[in-house]
Amino acid sequence: MAKGKIVAGCIAPHPPHLVYAENPPQNEPVAEGGWEQLRWGYERLRASLADVEYDAIVLLSPHWQTYVGTHFLGLDHFEGLSVDPIFPNLFRYHYNMNVDVELAKAIHDEAAAAGLPVKMMENPDFRVDYGTITTGHLFNPDWDKPLVVISSNRSTAYYSVEVMQEIMIELGRVTRKAIESSGKKVVVLASNSLSHRHFTTESEVPEDMSKEHITSHAMHLWDMRIIDYMRTGQAQRILDEMPEFTEQAIAESDGGGLSWLLSTLDVPNYPAILHGYGTIIGTGNAVVEWPCHAHEVSEA
Amino acid sequence: MSDGEVVASFVVPVHPHTVLAPDQNPGWRRLRDAFDGAAQTIRDLEADLIIVYSTTWPSIIGHQIQSDPNPEWVMVDHDFHDLGSIHYSFNIDAEFAHAWDDANRNRGLQSRCVNYKGFPIDVGSVVALTLLNPDNAIPAVIVSSNMYANRSETTVLAKSCLDVIKAQGRRAVAVTAMSLSNRMFTDFIEPNDDKIHSLKDDEWNRKILEFLEQGRLEDVGQLSRTIHQQIRVQKVVAFKPMWWLSAMNGNRNDLTGRVLAYEAIHGAGGAVVHLDPAASGAGDKEYDEDDVEYFHGERGVLDTVDESDEGQQHEVEPPVEHGSGPELWEPTDAEGSVNTNAAPKPVGAYPHARRVGNMLFLSGVGPRQPGTNAIPGGPIHDEEGNPLAYDIKAQTHAVVDNVKRIVEEAGATMDQIVDVTTFLVDMKRDFQGYNEVWAETLGKVGPTRTTLAIDALPTPIAVEMKVIVHMPE
Repeated sequence: MAKGKIVAGCIAPHPPHLVYAENPPQNEPVAEGGWEQLRWGYERLRASLADVEYDAIVLLSPHWQTYVGTHFLGLDHFEGLSVDPIFPNLFRYHYNMNVDVELAKAIHDEAAAAGLPVKMMENPDFRVDYGTITTGHLFNPDWDKPLVVISSNRSTAYYSVEVMQEIMIELGRVTRKAIESSGKKVVVLASNSLSHRHFTTESEVPEDMSKEHITSHAMHLWDMRIIDYMRTGQAQRILDEMPEFTEQAIAESDGGGLSWLLSTLDVPNYPAILHGYGTIIGTGNAVVEWPCHAHEVSEA
Repeated sequence: MSDGEVVASFVVPVHPHTVLAPDQNPGWRRLRDAFDGAAQTIRDLEADLIIVYSTTWPSIIGHQIQSDPNPEWVMVDHDFHDLGSIHYSFNIDAEFAHAWDDANRNRGLQSRCVNYKGFPIDVGSVVALTLLNPDNAIPAVIVSSNMYANRSETTVLAKSCLDVIKAQGRRAVAVTAMSLSNRMFTDFIEPNDDKIHSLKDDEWNRKILEFLEQGRLEDVGQLSRTIHQQIRVQKVVAFKPMWWLSAMNGNRNDLTGRVLAYEAIHGAGGAVVHLDPAASGAGDKEYDEDDVEYFHGERGVLDTVDESDEGQQHEVEPPVEHGSGPELWEPTDAEGSVNTNAAPKPVGAYPHARRVGNMLFLSGVGPRQPGTNAIPGGPIHDEEGNPLAYDIKAQTHAVVDNVKRIVEEAGATMDQIVDVTTFLVDMKRDFQGYNEVWAETLGKVGPTRTTLAIDALPTPIAVEMKVIVHMPE
């Protein structure tokens, strides 16, 4: 069996506003557009990977929040209605997705062997979180690739960003190891925003872009700093500054997705592609791709 | 109709073990038995409404209130999915939900009802209503916990709820779905190995329960921030429920408290506590943090701040669209004009005040709130002109607050007010309440006063004041 590999790693944020604005048939509410910069960013990401073959998507969602270990979806198929409990006016999405249980179990087993508390989620009544659904839709609207969905262990809340990073760097390492052992080609997605301070009011027309902006200059500066590290191949500096970034920008990196992604990609030192940046109810969001397939080291 | 009241309050734990696996651990069983006892107490009290404030339903855009009359779905916990599924079908009082939503906005809060098929009701609410109201005989309402809400916002949320309980004459039970210490074990454990995560958590939990058993609910509210720092995992919802529950009980320290059970659930502190409004005789202790009637927080962050262009003096800004009611205008800016974003926008082309020499003349000031345009105490009629119940005292307080903001913007002080003309749209109904607030506020300053009955004001308000200030040279 050929060695499996990661063909791309991406930051793929999940605000439901992006799905709402797009008016896909699966979503009940109807919008007049909005947040185009980010939606066009997702278009560019999809185009960038259109000719890249892969077998599965591995996704870590900060809205499947687990406090006891890290969990993995463990059944072949999930379908149902996902209603965002915070923005139910925008996101009521009928989902239908397949899971690569074999790969999920392989990552689970590697993590367990490394001493991480892990569990497979095998309850058929489980409702998949809206972060997973939103990122899943925006990255792959056809839903024609199976997913591995990993929960967000809330170790930042329980301990600190540093402890979260220890766990996520280890989870990233075993994720990469399991993928390589699987023989599969995989895209890995961290479904998270950057700065994450919301507005607490909503305009009468939620997609009124005249009301959209970053919540504060400080948030903008942090977002640009982190994006600059991404664009210049300085992933290690992102990990190094993660505690300050997470605290000062109230960043959604607290869920561990970004640390896990960078570890899974072996802390890349080549530039990422920024496909788009925009704000959503004041939070900073970037669609970013590390094109691993273009930086493969041939094994002689 | 009887006066509405909160006939009992309960603190209950949020995790699904008490529903799905009570017999896997003796402590979980004791919690379940306590839940069952609380349910019987609620029935015996002949309560006609259960109100759940749930810490496991976070919200961002203000507070959300469930208004689907019959939400049905299957709840599976994100962590404890292996315990099984909870099928729920609840009896929600949609009329109360909408009335509470209206009352929230009347007190300056951001609020909305949610009524969507498939809405994922949170685990805390599902556990509370499944066990406290097993046959759905009593209608219920559920409110979210806003992740950014501070004490004043959470307190006012309770007061608006009390407004509706009183207006509808309800016998309500207030429930907070919450853990005490909320630190769970981060690894999987056998049910029989369950215990409170740490000695520190246990000690703080027992302090909280000691206070509650003494009926000192407001003291626990005052300790909320400290409790959060000491024994709470820093999640988004903080330790807010005690602010809400205390305000629901009049910020009292002399309730009759009873701890029905206290046990660990995967390390977190779970307790079922009954708080009876009957005075315990312990005496009401000092209440030392400001009580709040209306919310004046930073809910207008989407509003753009208009700054005057120095080169465009005297230019009249066009009206600002804001839905129903008269158009709102930007205050005009001429020599001596005094305007402030802290006062409600005018309903015509005029400034908030104008200074001439050492005299300051205020335009008529009503109770509308800056930013939201909400009317504390409620509007006097709806959009069709149908009369509504309103609170003249709340409106008068809000007028005085708005006057103060304009006066202070001009660099003056309230004690420099020399003359006030007050306009009331219903002298017979409102004079007494208005007069009481006057005595507490401007009456202590001593301006001359004239009170007139008039037919109507441009917005659905009951009171407006015209104020003249004499400022020092």
